[in-house]
Amino acid sequence: MTRYLIRRLGLAVITLVLLSMVVFLVASVLPGSVGRAILGPFAEQQSVDNLNEELGLNGPVHIRYLRWAGDAFRGDFGESYKFRAPVMDFLPGAFVASLKLALATLVIVIPLGIIGGAIAAFRKGRPTDRIITIVGLTLAVTPEFVVGIVLILVFAVRLKWLPPGGSGDGTIGEQLKAIVLPALTLSAILFGYIARMARAGTINALAADYTRTATLKGLTWLQVMRRHVLRNAMLPTIAVIASQMSYLLGGLLVTETMFNYKGLGLLIAKAAEDRDVPMLMASVFVVGVFSMIMTLLADLLTAWLNPRVRLEGAE
Amino acid sequence: MTAVEIQTPGAKAVRREFWSQLLRSKTFIVGMAILAFWVLCVVFPDLVATHDPTAQDPLAKWVRPFNDGHLFGTDRFGRDVFSRAIYGAREILIVAPAATVLGTGLGVILGLTMGYLGGIVDDVVSRLIEALISLPVILVALLALTSLSAGRLTIIGVIGFLFAPLVARTVRAAVLEERNLEYVRAAELRSENAFYVMFIEILPNVFGPIIVEFTVRLGYAVFTMAGLAFIGFGSQPGSPDWGRTIFDERISLLSDVWWPSLVPALALASLVVAINLVADALEGVIDR
Amino acid sequence: MSEPALAVDDLRLAYVVRGRSLEVLRDVSLRIEPGESYGLVGESGCGKSTAAYAAIRYLPPNARILGGSVRLAGRDVLAMGTADLRHLRAETVSMVYQDPGQALNPTIKVGPQLIEAFTVLGLQPDEAAHRARDTLAKVQIADPELVLNRYPHQLSGGMQQRVVIAMALACDPTLLILDEPTTGLDATVEAEVLQLVRDLRIEYGTAVLFISHDLGAIRSMCDRVGVLYAGKLVEEGPADEVFDEPAHPYSVGLLRCLPRHGSRKGAQRLESIPGFLPEPGADLPTCVFVDRCPLVDDVCRTEVPEWTMFDDRSVRCHHVDKVPAIVHAELPAGVEVVIDRSTPPVLELKSVSKTFHQHGKKVQALRDVSLSLYAGETVGLVGESGSGKTTLAHTVLGLHPPDEPDTIYCDGQPLVATARRRADDQVRAIQIVFQNPDSALNRRHSVRRIMSRTLRKLAGIPRSEVEPKLRDVVSSVRLTEQHLDMRPSQLSGGLKQRVAIGRAFAGEPRIVVCDEPTSALDVSVQAAILNLLADLQREEATSYLFISHDLRVVRYLSDRIAVLYLGRIMELGPAERVFDGPHHPYTEALLSAAPSVEGNSRPRISLEGEIPSAVNPPSGCVFHTRCPRRLDGDMCSTIEPPLTPTPDGGVIRCHIPFDQLSRAGE
Repeated sequence: MTRYLIRRLGLAVITLVLLSMVVFLVASVLPGSVGRAILGPFAEQQSVDNLNEELGLNGPVHIRYLRWAGDAFRGDFGESYKFRAPVMDFLPGAFVASLKLALATLVIVIPLGIIGGAIAAFRKGRPTDRIITIVGLTLAVTPEFVVGIVLILVFAVRLKWLPPGGSGDGTIGEQLKAIVLPALTLSAILFGYIARMARAGTINALAADYTRTATLKGLTWLQVMRRHVLRNAMLPTIAVIASQMSYLLGGLLVTETMFNYKGLGLLIAKAAEDRDVPMLMASVFVVGVFSMIMTLLADLLTAWLNPRVRLEGAE
Repeated sequence: MTAVEIQTPGAKAVRREFWSQLLRSKTFIVGMAILAFWVLCVVFPDLVATHDPTAQDPLAKWVRPFNDGHLFGTDRFGRDVFSRAIYGAREILIVAPAATVLGTGLGVILGLTMGYLGGIVDDVVSRLIEALISLPVILVALLALTSLSAGRLTIIGVIGFLFAPLVARTVRAAVLEERNLEYVRAAELRSENAFYVMFIEILPNVFGPIIVEFTVRLGYAVFTMAGLAFIGFGSQPGSPDWGRTIFDERISLLSDVWWPSLVPALALASLVVAINLVADALEGVIDR
Repeated sequence: MSEPALAVDDLRLAYVVRGRSLEVLRDVSLRIEPGESYGLVGESGCGKSTAAYAAIRYLPPNARILGGSVRLAGRDVLAMGTADLRHLRAETVSMVYQDPGQALNPTIKVGPQLIEAFTVLGLQPDEAAHRARDTLAKVQIADPELVLNRYPHQLSGGMQQRVVIAMALACDPTLLILDEPTTGLDATVEAEVLQLVRDLRIEYGTAVLFISHDLGAIRSMCDRVGVLYAGKLVEEGPADEVFDEPAHPYSVGLLRCLPRHGSRKGAQRLESIPGFLPEPGADLPTCVFVDRCPLVDDVCRTEVPEWTMFDDRSVRCHHVDKVPAIVHAELPAGVEVVIDRSTPPVLELKSVSKTFHQHGKKVQALRDVSLSLYAGETVGLVGESGSGKTTLAHTVLGLHPPDEPDTIYCDGQPLVATARRRADDQVRAIQIVFQNPDSALNRRHSVRRIMSRTLRKLAGIPRSEVEPKLRDVVSSVRLTEQHLDMRPSQLSGGLKQRVAIGRAFAGEPRIVVCDEPTSALDVSVQAAILNLLADLQREEATSYLFISHDLRVVRYLSDRIAVLYLGRIMELGPAERVFDGPHHPYTEALLSAAPSVEGNSRPRISLEGEIPSAVNPPSGCVFHTRCPRRLDGDMCSTIEPPLTPTPDGGVIRCHIPFDQLSRAGE
């Protein structure tokens, strides 16, 4: 396990560096001028050049990258073009809000997905299975705003149970109320993937020789499930939950805009609209790092649950 | 010694079996029917639409569905919601497939090379792909579109390039399984070059996963495009594009005027679901 | 107490596939008395495993019992409720099957898994743990405590199977079902496991239902055997009698497919059963064997044969009286080819070594292997897994380079290390027939495409002239032109292997490496493939490097045998001498491990311990840790014996003088 840990952490560091390069290159090297973007098509070329100079956009790419990455490493993502204030004034609050939303989503969707997938596996090929699979698939591919519209219409406009948007600044109760609809929207999208993987994992474990061994030992169905099927079925499911992290975080963009929820997604959408490049780069980078860390944690959990990896090198 | 007699059906039977299985699949039929409808709307929108999608009528604001000859009612400018939904298919159904073709093409080449040749190229590109994958596609696309002009070709290029590593990952995994099979050894032992082994020997055997990946990506492309349009990228204000319309009209939801936003939303959902039904059916039929 | 352990009566079972009911067991009846061991034989697809799983009612959801009954220790298995069935499985019957690695849960330690088998009987945890330890000792696991604390993947295949057997014996079952329990294990390990089962069966007084495609294993294990064909029992009787004097034409065919003890390619051709096994659910109104039987006549086509009984045996055939007289099919007399060893060898290995690097450790897969192969000769490579057989073959083929360049010569020229860099004539000189024809042929390419590409690439035939040449190749491997337009998936395993052989021979190679070419095939098909290989060799004077774990097959086809152990040649010599002795102690153990169909003539020599790791091979003679004839003193453990020439032109690596090796086994 130690060796696996070291290797996996090493890879994570490399990925982090590459991630920062990707973000920087996509935002800064592609043709197009920030100065022109900010000042608009009718500005004098001279003032565009001046603004570019002022923003430190002239100079060799690698120097600019190193400067940006070095600052970022110290927690300085530069100054927002729009607000003329450090990006870090906005980022932490938005990050925490999005983190809450992501956690709320996972709390809803992981149990539902796993239970749904397992039920579908036990009823493989029967109507229950078809319904769970098709509903999951449909929800998974339906864009967030479609689900969002329906949820707002039903729960906010008609039933008036929950607010149609906002972050519910104030009491914990209000915050919770505000988080329900966006979290449900994101859950709808993830449910299908998790259920599908849990179903596949369960079907494989049910068909495995060790399950046959357990059954033929004379164990009860419940004992077979609890001791032999579920653990083996969940290994691939954890991996898939992690791999869907970036998908979940991508969903924040549309969902937060839809519900006017003040998290990273809304921050990114606004920054893009305003062409606020430092803000955009910083928040996209943070999303990437967050998703990478979640993948890392899931990998480590999978490895720890799997004795083959855990005991590697211990012999 | 006499020759061994033939015991199995003719050569084309396998391909026939493939199609007959597909055509027996309800998911495939339903998916294809919906897709065909939207393709028809792209090619001949005026055949389906009942009104000019941009014609405003201040006197007929927010007409409820099934009234005054407006199937799905009108929006806040009195424009026909149904006709706008029909015309709204156009942009997305041109850009999404083009981006997917580009992404799949690049991804297949990349994945074959990584999977078969392995070595340092594979290591480096794999790292890069992992970094890219932890970034949501829609965010990177947004980042790129912010610094580029948001034209149609740009969107195709950006989404295509972002899909390539995702496709490559799938293809690479499939190739890794194939390259250890003995038919690949046999080709190497006839000293076939790498190009032949990759494209003539291995490629046909990973076609199944590629087709499935293509359809899945197509769904994602539509999804991503709609998301970008919703944020305000890739379409002009007032255009009948679905994502744009939903963004523009969502405020009226709060006044319980649901049809201007829900109709394009359902149109979009039907398209994505149709693509995924086809993907699901293909996955079930294609032998691996 | 006179209840049979298992009584199956007129069992009919079908699988429902796409709405069609396919019958796979047709009126099967069999009876196993307490303490008796019963073997079920037949080709794959005959219904052996289905019969076994029906006995404990562990069937897939699409299985339908159409009629008949199954009684286990007097209780009706098909009628009982779920709870009763569970108790029956816990207390009365156990099962061991192929691939023990899969049979154990990978995420739970061996201890809890084994203890579970005891707690299910109602034992308290500490009592169960105690019994688990005892049972592990019973299956000859030296350190039960250690094994209990291991995960399955930390144990070798043989150890895993011991654990599974311990689990099966937990309840002291009335009936133990063994479904191919040793398939995939090395011959030496297989012998250990079989011996263990034999001993424990007597100790526990357990009845055994033994299923295997290995007729030798069945003979060595069973009191009685039943021969199953297309879901129907066609013959039954005491094992020795059925094997010595089979009374059904199918049993006769099955046994004649195997190379008999000591038979050789030059002296004798193998017989095969013509045609194919009927598909599951095929409509077989009369005798099931009617399409492939040499004795078939009008009676067979119109009337169902009933059981003919004599002595202790039963046969389902109209012509039992004619069976002993089934003539060996008309076969051209073999021609012994004399191999000319005065000419330079086609292939020469001069002290070839191959080291792999894994996780910074050096794995020496081959060490100082020297070998010559002459025109038209077959050298058989023999050894347990990890002995370096396949590495040797792959190194010759150029799939990975040897440690030192220019150690392998083909026709006197040094072979370029990797296939891709070899000149055309070197590429075409060495080809291979793989073990698994399914993966060896590109499933998206037609036979025509596979063959013509090879002809153009290897034989250098221009595109316009490929067509006539194709016909020659196809007929040389006894296929017809109709097969050309087929994809591999449309061909049976045997036909696929013919295509693969045709491909290997298309460029008229000097050397063909045969890597277990028949082990994925049924015996009846195996015989035809071996005949084809022998014919092609005679016609083309091709040399073979022949790898197989089946020693009968190796002996049949090989002129000389090389025995490998941990990457070293332990012995190399003429096939007859290596098999009949005097031979190396390792060879002797290897040979004694393989059960023979003719009844066991050799006393079994068991090898202690596991194959040592190639990362850290033992000092001195690498075999000394397991050698039954290790010399007193520390000579064997400190000095590696050199390869000593033998009078017949071979070499042997042992400190015991050659003339004293013949004492072995006496």
